[in-house]
Amino acid sequence: MSKINNIHVNRRDFLRYTGLSGAALVLGIAPANADESVGISNLSLLEEGHSLSPYVIIEKSGKITLFSTRPEMGQGVYQSIPALIAEELEISQDQYTVKQTGGEKQFGGAQFAGGSFSVRSDYFALRKVGAAAREMLISAASRQWNVPESECYAENARIFHRPSGKSAGYGELAESASTLEVPANPRLKDAKDFKLLGKSVKRQDIPLKVSGRAVFGIDVEIPGMVYASVERCPVFGATLKDYDKSASLKVPGVENVVEVEKVFGVYKTKGVAVIAGNYWSALKGRRALKINWDYQGKEYFNSQDYAASLRKLAEKEGVVDAAVGDFDKGFAESTKKIEAFYETPFVSHSTMEAMNCTAHWKEEGKLEVWASTQVPSDTMRDLTGRYNLKEENVLIHTCFNGGGFGRRLAIDFIIEAVNLSKSIKKPVKLIWTREDDMQSGPFRPPTFSSLKGGISGDGKLLAFQHKVISPSIMAFLNPDFDKTKLDGNMTEGISHQKYEIPNMKNLFVYSDIHVPLLWWRSVTSSTLAFSHECFIDELAHTAGKDPMAFRLQMLTKASDARRVLQKLKEVSGWDVPMAEGRGRGVAQWEFFAGLGGQVIEVTRQSDKSVKIDKVFAVIDLGTVVNPDTVKAQVEGAVVMGITAAIKNGITFANGKTEQSNFHDNPVLRINEMPPVEVHILAEGGENIKGVGEPGLPPVAPALANAIFAATGIRVRKMPFDIDNLTS
Amino acid sequence: MKTYHLNINNKAVRVEAEADTPMLWVIRDYVHLKGTKFGCGMGLCGACTIHLDGQPVRSCQTPVSSVKATGKITTIEGISANIEHVVQKAWIEEQVPQCGYCQSGQIMSAVALLNTNADPTDEDIDNYMAGNICRCGTYQRIRSAIHLAAARMKSESGSREKNLKQSSH
Ligand code: FES
Ligand code: FES
Repeated sequence: MSKINNIHVNRRDFLRYTGLSGAALVLGIAPANADESVGISNLSLLEEGHSLSPYVIIEKSGKITLFSTRPEMGQGVYQSIPALIAEELEISQDQYTVKQTGGEKQFGGAQFAGGSFSVRSDYFALRKVGAAAREMLISAASRQWNVPESECYAENARIFHRPSGKSAGYGELAESASTLEVPANPRLKDAKDFKLLGKSVKRQDIPLKVSGRAVFGIDVEIPGMVYASVERCPVFGATLKDYDKSASLKVPGVENVVEVEKVFGVYKTKGVAVIAGNYWSALKGRRALKINWDYQGKEYFNSQDYAASLRKLAEKEGVVDAAVGDFDKGFAESTKKIEAFYETPFVSHSTMEAMNCTAHWKEEGKLEVWASTQVPSDTMRDLTGRYNLKEENVLIHTCFNGGGFGRRLAIDFIIEAVNLSKSIKKPVKLIWTREDDMQSGPFRPPTFSSLKGGISGDGKLLAFQHKVISPSIMAFLNPDFDKTKLDGNMTEGISHQKYEIPNMKNLFVYSDIHVPLLWWRSVTSSTLAFSHECFIDELAHTAGKDPMAFRLQMLTKASDARRVLQKLKEVSGWDVPMAEGRGRGVAQWEFFAGLGGQVIEVTRQSDKSVKIDKVFAVIDLGTVVNPDTVKAQVEGAVVMGITAAIKNGITFANGKTEQSNFHDNPVLRINEMPPVEVHILAEGGENIKGVGEPGLPPVAPALANAIFAATGIRVRKMPFDIDNLTS
Repeated sequence: MKTYHLNINNKAVRVEAEADTPMLWVIRDYVHLKGTKFGCGMGLCGACTIHLDGQPVRSCQTPVSSVKATGKITTIEGISANIEHVVQKAWIEEQVPQCGYCQSGQIMSAVALLNTNADPTDEDIDNYMAGNICRCGTYQRIRSAIHLAAARMKSESGSREKNLKQSSH
């Protein structure tokens, strides 16, 4: 995938954007030709009409700036992305500053963090940029000293001449280096010489985050700024009828009350915004509003009826996701057959930083936005299109994200803030309350699963079927969404596990819904891995096999999935028998983001309750940039996975979200977190897999399978209460 | 609007605010110290934790009018000038934060815990820190960072005592 949009940028634009004055070495990535393969380019040699994403700037003063197009939301890209350049450039982490891009055209259309894509998409491209800069600096030094390049080397932001010991700093060489041709194929360092990559180096954002200095979107203050809080109809799909703002305007501090539109894909809602000189007054003013909504008949929507409708839809045949062999024949020929139905809930993202945005609509079509967002490029695209603004007149500041988990892939809250600033003609900070954040969605959709499996006389899996019944995320994001076709996003992974199953037919049934839905960390795998891997466990028990052995028996060929399970078997001591009342469960999952597997151990507390003792997690990466960051991501994914498995989730009654804050939609707390032991498989090669999400899908099935092992209770519905289990 | 005289991080501060304004918003929007975070507004998450006379309190549940003029308020910005507090250092050592949003509150709670319990067990930590939510799931590292800070405090005070003894000889 090319990271670059073919947008033209001229040198003058560029210099204005970066604020550079004197000469500097500016290296970046530019599309080399029409087929969009990327090459490295040098600003001073850039031909007019060509584009450049400048990733490195070395100024005469010696100042080095590295750009990151990947928003930091906890996953550590603030360290790991610039480190790709720094490694090759031979600079240490205290020798450069990192600049977060904000959707500027120079950096192309893929400035985002999501899908566990960041490190794996940038791994070679950014290393090449760093290596090219290093070779140009060496070349500049060798010319200056009139010595062969082979006698020079780079270290610690200087070029050294080995025989004489002479050296020059990068700043001194920047100007002459900037006039040189860019090497087409700079030599990348050998992994054994890495100083940063593959090492657990400390993240540079952490000192900022232990001292209150990191600037999140909510922390931005600009001169003349007012605060806003918006009352939106709690009934999804309702419209605004009329409202009385008189009491609200009497609240001290309140300046104004206006209508405002929020847009999420095809989903639009109107709310009433209270504007005040401080946030507390805006909240009080909001409480004093009197609003009449038109519920549009949507006030009868509730979770029970919706779940019943999904169960009913399961009777439909559905559209085919994938088919192998002949499922019907295989199933008919099976000696033992089982069927099961699995259910999962809606969940909220509940990032610790609730949605907020500061927007300043200025005169003459200019706009400035400060936001915690995962998608600077999408934000730029949307805002310029929506308001018909020129890109150079829109400035987006990507702040540290107080959690993302997919929620900040949507920009509904940004559009709402911009609409507000446009209407009141002032810079405004819009802050959602926790209740707004938890109740408005978009939510992770539920998936219901109808499963069938047949075991042959010799205890092998002969036929397998996974039918998914669910609403669709794309139905909200794509106005041309076709409900009659397969939505592969909603069947994610079910046909792509490495298990060698002779007869398989997987299906999808679409269900309508009007409640807005969005990607959530590991997306549909967060629910489908549960039904799929629990059912595999059921089949293992039906076949009278050990669940680990049953899985490995279906993985005869060498594969990453097989390696993951073998590693799990080893680190968890799978073959060591457990004491009476204890149990362990296993699950693995491979999907767009990568591959992970877990073994979870539990102890029975009573007939109906268990305690989670320990989680063994294996993640397969191919190549690892920062092992400690990876461990942290997997630890966090496990915590989030346990929350999703055992805590309430989101339900609806009378058209509204029933939960409102952390008391009725809780997340795991410190006293509930079991020890998590993370093992990383990184055995080299170019097959790099993602980090942020693969730790999540195996959690719920490994836990449910452990519960079965310890108690005999087969859990088929998420969430499940581990203090009061039912089958 | 009323005038309140407050002592925040050993500085005298004067603010004009409505009596019911929570200290959270006073600290953030009137005094412009942004380290203290809004998480839930209901006393459920601990993101807004500050110290009032050394005791951890949820600033979202503390109206400005309830704070006495003699009350000493400490925020994350006030625990050290240059990230040299033993708890902050332990947090860096263990690379605790992910998104970081909850961490000011976590650190303020951890500092308060160590002030009352110099050598907490895992269970002590779990009990004391259970009011602080971390959606990123950094709990395991919070536990180890608190143990590390406790160990450092012990060895520091040990060497201080030794120094005192030596100098008295
Ligand atoms: S914001 Fe105060 S406890 Fe959550
Ligand atoms: S570090 Fe993100 S919420 Fe705790």
